[in-house]
Amino acid sequence: MRGLIRKLKTLPIPTLREAVDFGRDTLLSIPRTPGNYLTAAILLLGGLVTILRFTIGIGGVTNLDDANPWGIWIAFDLLCGVALAAGGYTTSAACYLFGLKRYHGAVRPAILTAFLGYAFVVIALHFDVGQPWRLVYPIFLSQGTTSVLFEVGLCVFIYLCVLFTEWTPAAFEWLDGRFAWFDGFINWRKIRNFVVRLTIPLTILGVILSTMHQSSLGALFLTSPGKLHPLWYSSFLPVFFFVSSMFAGLSMVIFEGGLAHAGLHDKMDQAHLDSSHEVAFGFAKAASFIMAGYFCMRIFDLAMSNNWAYLATGYGILYLVELFGFVIFPCFLFAMGSREKKLWLVRFGAVMAILGIVLNRFIVCLIAFNWQLPSDERYFPSIMEVIVSVFIVTCIVTAYRLICHFLPILHEHPDYKDAH
Amino acid sequence: MHRRNFLKLLGITGGVAAASGTGIHKASAASAASVKRNPDAVGVLHDSTLCIGCRRCEEACAVVNNRPGPEKPYDNRAVLDTKRRPSVDSYTVVNKYPGQGARPVFRKTQCNHCQEPACASACFVKAFTKTPEGPVVYDPSLCVGCRYCMIACPFTIPSYDYDKVLNPLVHKCTLCAPRLAEGKQPGCVEVCPTGALLFGKREELLDIARKRIADAPGKYVKHIYGEKEVGGTNWLYLSPVPHEELGQPVLDATSVPELTSGALGSVPMIAGLWPVLLTGAWAITRRKEKVSEEERESAVSAALAKASAANAEELRKALEKAAKDKENALAKAEKDKEAAVAAALAEAKAACEAAADNAGGTDAAGQEQAADAANAGTKDGGES
Ligand code: SF4
Ligand code: SF4
Ligand code: SF4
Repeated sequence: MRGLIRKLKTLPIPTLREAVDFGRDTLLSIPRTPGNYLTAAILLLGGLVTILRFTIGIGGVTNLDDANPWGIWIAFDLLCGVALAAGGYTTSAACYLFGLKRYHGAVRPAILTAFLGYAFVVIALHFDVGQPWRLVYPIFLSQGTTSVLFEVGLCVFIYLCVLFTEWTPAAFEWLDGRFAWFDGFINWRKIRNFVVRLTIPLTILGVILSTMHQSSLGALFLTSPGKLHPLWYSSFLPVFFFVSSMFAGLSMVIFEGGLAHAGLHDKMDQAHLDSSHEVAFGFAKAASFIMAGYFCMRIFDLAMSNNWAYLATGYGILYLVELFGFVIFPCFLFAMGSREKKLWLVRFGAVMAILGIVLNRFIVCLIAFNWQLPSDERYFPSIMEVIVSVFIVTCIVTAYRLICHFLPILHEHPDYKDAH
Repeated sequence: MHRRNFLKLLGITGGVAAASGTGIHKASAASAASVKRNPDAVGVLHDSTLCIGCRRCEEACAVVNNRPGPEKPYDNRAVLDTKRRPSVDSYTVVNKYPGQGARPVFRKTQCNHCQEPACASACFVKAFTKTPEGPVVYDPSLCVGCRYCMIACPFTIPSYDYDKVLNPLVHKCTLCAPRLAEGKQPGCVEVCPTGALLFGKREELLDIARKRIADAPGKYVKHIYGEKEVGGTNWLYLSPVPHEELGQPVLDATSVPELTSGALGSVPMIAGLWPVLLTGAWAITRRKEKVSEEERESAVSAALAKASAANAEELRKALEKAAKDKENALAKAEKDKEAAVAAALAEAKAACEAAADNAGGTDAAGQEQAADAANAGTKDGGES
């Protein structure tokens, strides 16, 4: 302890001037590409709407009303966000529990994406709920155990902690030996190795928590048989949400693999490059199986509830478009692509599957919800709601790029080869 | 192989979870029917054949709840021409519906104080409570503002203070719980000039409603709205026309908590089953890895053994050669006896040193080769 204090005392404290200079230099060192300009513009705009949200209230920036209490901040930021962050549990389960070791290179990026995804889901909720400073109440103050939302909240909270822990080894490897004044009293290597030893229990815990909250997001809508269109209302909603989260996660890993290749190629090591194509094909094959199963379940449900008559309506067309255009079609692309080893087919399939997930969550939460209300009482997002959602996505991408720039995510740390 | 296992396991668990979900659903549905209810719980009966749409109840409600009330005055009957819903400013509204013939039908809307309230079961901080006396009450100090209660309420009753920045809250009719505690009647009932609103014990109100239907055949449809809907509500309605014509949703007797109990019931199932299955999968994977590890290790040690044998052989050869050189040198020295003994000895020593160096060099090369061989062995093992 005394050693710590002595070390802290010798730390050079930067003057304001130095800090400002440092900040300016860092900002100026960002390459001036169109993409970065766009990012800066979105972040700025998002910042402005954030200020508005917390000064004039939810009513001022959204189109929500008493009949439509949930908008795109729930449909997109929460429902799609959580589904698309499912890559974390699917990848780590495949690699660590089911022995698909050759997917090892995909685990770290998937865990990082999942962690960022969930972290920003929670941040986005701070925009949506009326009193965000009370978001800890359900966990620590008053547990509404009869609520599906309580289960979602608790699982997301614990899972966020799990993902954070799973991610820390990368940070510890980066910290190891970087700051001389830490070295006397913190053994990063030891901490890192301890966390790495927790991998298996953490992965199992992650799968359990994901099963629960992914399915519970679907169960949220079980309360509303009168408001959700019968083509989508089903007592199997939790199962549908869970199963679709699996291929959502797999598709996201494939999709990100392609994106990261384009943007962060120089940060990847040979192991990552070698494995990433194999990951894409393997995941595509798995996803095609799951999607075929999902399709059958949906049709089975349609037959069980005898909803055929609705197929002839406008909602029926939407239902068919969703099921054939965004489930069976990407399923077919995945199957073809993985068999013919065509990367572009697989990536195209991933994009379609992801769009399908977004479409499905939007339908359940917004489009087919309150379907009986007259059209002038229906909800359509305001421009500011859209800006916040785009802002959140941009924040995730920016954070991902920053972290991959500094930490050993897409490559192995030279001192920790073969170790994670 | 692995992937097939993976999918198979997922399939099995998915099926089990679904099956257990429906099973538990049935079980809890059965138990919900036998939930003990307070027979003294109070409620209100609204008889729309008596309601004249005067909106006095709206006014009284705003007064007792300290609400600002609507912009247009309460005696402005043109307001009735547009459909309205309860809001933050008015917890109750009366709407006009065509009815049959010349006489329109008026119906009052507010929270129905369900016997198994969706809002209370949906709230993740227990901000809503169903009191044994009847009212469903709200605790503003807990509400986070997630608005799930508004999604869940089958009557879409709660409204939200979207324009408040610091303390937005959910608002709905309280059944005048504070007034009931003082022994008074709800504000709206007290002011109703025609007796369209009747306050009393729910059980007694049901009897009255049944009697009214029986006593005047043809006056009412034979349905007391709220008797069975979503598990029964403490507000009850009589109407001369089918209730859906008064904008009341068609709902069956299943309460909202029952709809979600199946999903919540599968939680222990998942929590119990997954760890076992996943640990099993992991154990199988590990066992397979161990077997291949052992195979790899034996391949490595064979390669190492071979390498060290080769190493020893070369070392021996090198030493032999050094000894021979030394012998030769000594023999040469012997032959040149006439030469200086010191010179001969020096030469012999030099030869010795050279020989020793030579041996060392050969040794190192041998080890390098051995290492290569070992590496090749590891690679073989890894791939096999
Ligand atoms: S009517 Fe709606 S708000 Fe009122 S108790 Fe029932 S569920 Fe709750
Ligand atoms: S808005 Fe408030 S009362 Fe309604 S469910 Fe959320 S926390 Fe509970
Ligand atoms: S019971 Fe009270 S709060 Fe409810 S509508 Fe009547 S006056 Fe308003």
